[in-house]
Amino acid sequence: MKIKPFAAAALVTATALAFAGCASNETSAAGSTSASGGSQTLTGVGSSAQKAAQEKWVATFQTANPAITVNYSPDGSGAGRTQFIAGAANFAGSDRPLKDEEMGAGTFAGCAADSSALNLPVYISPIAVIFNVDGVKDLTFDTDTIAGIFSGKITKWNDAAIAKTNPGVTLPDANITAVHRGDDSGTTNNFTDTLNKTSPTVWTQPAADTFPADFGGEAASGTSGVIQAVSGGSNTIGYADASAAKDLGKASILVNGKALQPTAEAAASILDHSKTVAGRDANDLAYTLDRTSEGVYPAVLVSYAIVCQTYKDAAVGALVRDYLGYIASADGQSAAATAAGSAPLSTALQAKVKTAVASIK
Amino acid sequence: MTDTPTGQQDTAVGGPAQPVAGLTGRRRPGEAVFRGVATGAGILILLILMLVAGFLVFQGSPALFADPAKLASQGYGEFAAWVLPYAFGTVWAAVLALALAVPVAIGIALFISHYAPRRLAQPLGYVIDLLAAVPSVVFGLWGSLVLAPAVFPLYKWLNENMGWFPLFSGRYSGTGRTILTAAIVLATMVLPIVTSLCREVFLQAPRLHEEAALALGATRWEMIKMAVLPFARPGIIAAVMLGLGRALGETMAVTMVLSGTRNITFLLLTSENPNTIAATIAQNFPEASGLKTSQLIAAGLVLFLITLVVNMIARWIVARRAEYSGAN
Repeated sequence: MKIKPFAAAALVTATALAFAGCASNETSAAGSTSASGGSQTLTGVGSSAQKAAQEKWVATFQTANPAITVNYSPDGSGAGRTQFIAGAANFAGSDRPLKDEEMGAGTFAGCAADSSALNLPVYISPIAVIFNVDGVKDLTFDTDTIAGIFSGKITKWNDAAIAKTNPGVTLPDANITAVHRGDDSGTTNNFTDTLNKTSPTVWTQPAADTFPADFGGEAASGTSGVIQAVSGGSNTIGYADASAAKDLGKASILVNGKALQPTAEAAASILDHSKTVAGRDANDLAYTLDRTSEGVYPAVLVSYAIVCQTYKDAAVGALVRDYLGYIASADGQSAAATAAGSAPLSTALQAKVKTAVASIK
Repeated sequence: MTDTPTGQQDTAVGGPAQPVAGLTGRRRPGEAVFRGVATGAGILILLILMLVAGFLVFQGSPALFADPAKLASQGYGEFAAWVLPYAFGTVWAAVLALALAVPVAIGIALFISHYAPRRLAQPLGYVIDLLAAVPSVVFGLWGSLVLAPAVFPLYKWLNENMGWFPLFSGRYSGTGRTILTAAIVLATMVLPIVTSLCREVFLQAPRLHEEAALALGATRWEMIKMAVLPFARPGIIAAVMLGLGRALGETMAVTMVLSGTRNITFLLLTSENPNTIAATIAQNFPEASGLKTSQLIAAGLVLFLITLVVNMIARWIVARRAEYSGAN
């Protein structure tokens, strides 16, 4: 089914070497081909949430720099982090930054001995609460209600808690079928984190990749599985990446009395309201998301690129610098927004990421 | 099976006619080669099985022997407690599937072997065999896109009107993606293998017994009951066990159809169905790392053992009954 990363990498390396000579005179638009002579292949492994965006970035970057080949295998965040730590991947895509205990000089095989890793936010996407209810087009929930529905405490669509935030909507007297991800995913992690932060009294479980088994509910495999279960079922509700929700109803979330739709702007502003993790390098942009600030859509997935501060091989460092420089640019972010429906980083954040990227050696 | 008899034959023929290549030499290199290839194939299958088992034990052992506290923090939780619901789900889904498939399969097989006119029997046999060639992803797609929404109204009705029956109670799922739907899909997938095996066995029922039964005034159903089914019983059991093996290991269709969670329940119509081991591995492997990977592989080992036990039971039953049927 999947091409083995090693095999793919080997194949691409061979191809890259074969073409390296021909392309050396090409001028580059998106970055300088400073890494001449060394390896011209960049390998990334990680988050499947970034898949569509990475495909677009790779395509655009390679068109501008024909001498460079970038591979991104969307094997999952966990796989990405493991392979980055083992040095098998030059960078990782991860739906969460590395934790403090995972950081530290000397823990990364691909980095110089005195170098730790940098967590750089590159992909922001709102998570939509999607629903398919007979005769209902728009719904608004407060987070307590969402937590109640997904934890199995609210079981009927005409429950008073739902009716309260939806005046004028005729709600059916039907069972709610709440669909969650059956597989481990960053989407679940961010969604459960949202509910845990905004409604800790109802959502008593901590954030986790695995949806808490105690809360029950319907399970479906993958984003497409959730979408399909929600749209194919009746009186269903679920959560999924907003860009994948298509024509399903997307619920608004009440934040301090204001109903917010999962739009790019409402999502991207979360990082402007959040603080970076304390005690890290100035260029490490690992954020502790503040999901409770005003005007911010709380259910947001922030996906990171994890890179070395200093690579063992300076040529690889230069390649990473070029590639991430493009990703963090306004062009790169808007390309991802069109291709993957993500929320572009705010201008201020783009500048921060760029400074951090420039420090990669 | 030794060289000597054929060798004697050769000298007896001994004519000037052009000898067939490979039959000329007295040493018979072809014989040795074929014997070697056959033996090699036999050893190879054992070797593959051993390597698979070895891989599962080796890669799964970190999870099997890990400290439960460490498994709770870095894995999916204490191994036995974690894997038990999935093992249950695997067996439960397969048993349900067989309960649905076997009566139908025996019916089809009997129809083909004893009722259908020849002109109809053969094409029907082909169609059944063709069903076995449909990939499981296609069954999965069909199950989740077509079957689940289609059976949902029936499930709702069963739940609301027959909820007194324990298996139909609970809160019905709004999508129809329950273990009953998964069992129906599995039953469809198991049907061809059980049907073709049963058909072969029914066709081998001794003609004389059948004719004797008919001559004694038995109706066709009585004849089947007295002459065919007793003779075919070990064959049917073997077919069922093969079908069970197929159902136990099925991954893709279950992953796509079933709303699988980690709990043990016999309820057929709810959202919280026990997931199967194979589907759990398929769903979680992409995001797993470290101890979680080991734990999933160890779950694979459990599935391997379940399948092994099922097959051994099947062998035992067939062996136990062999004498009885062989007497015919």
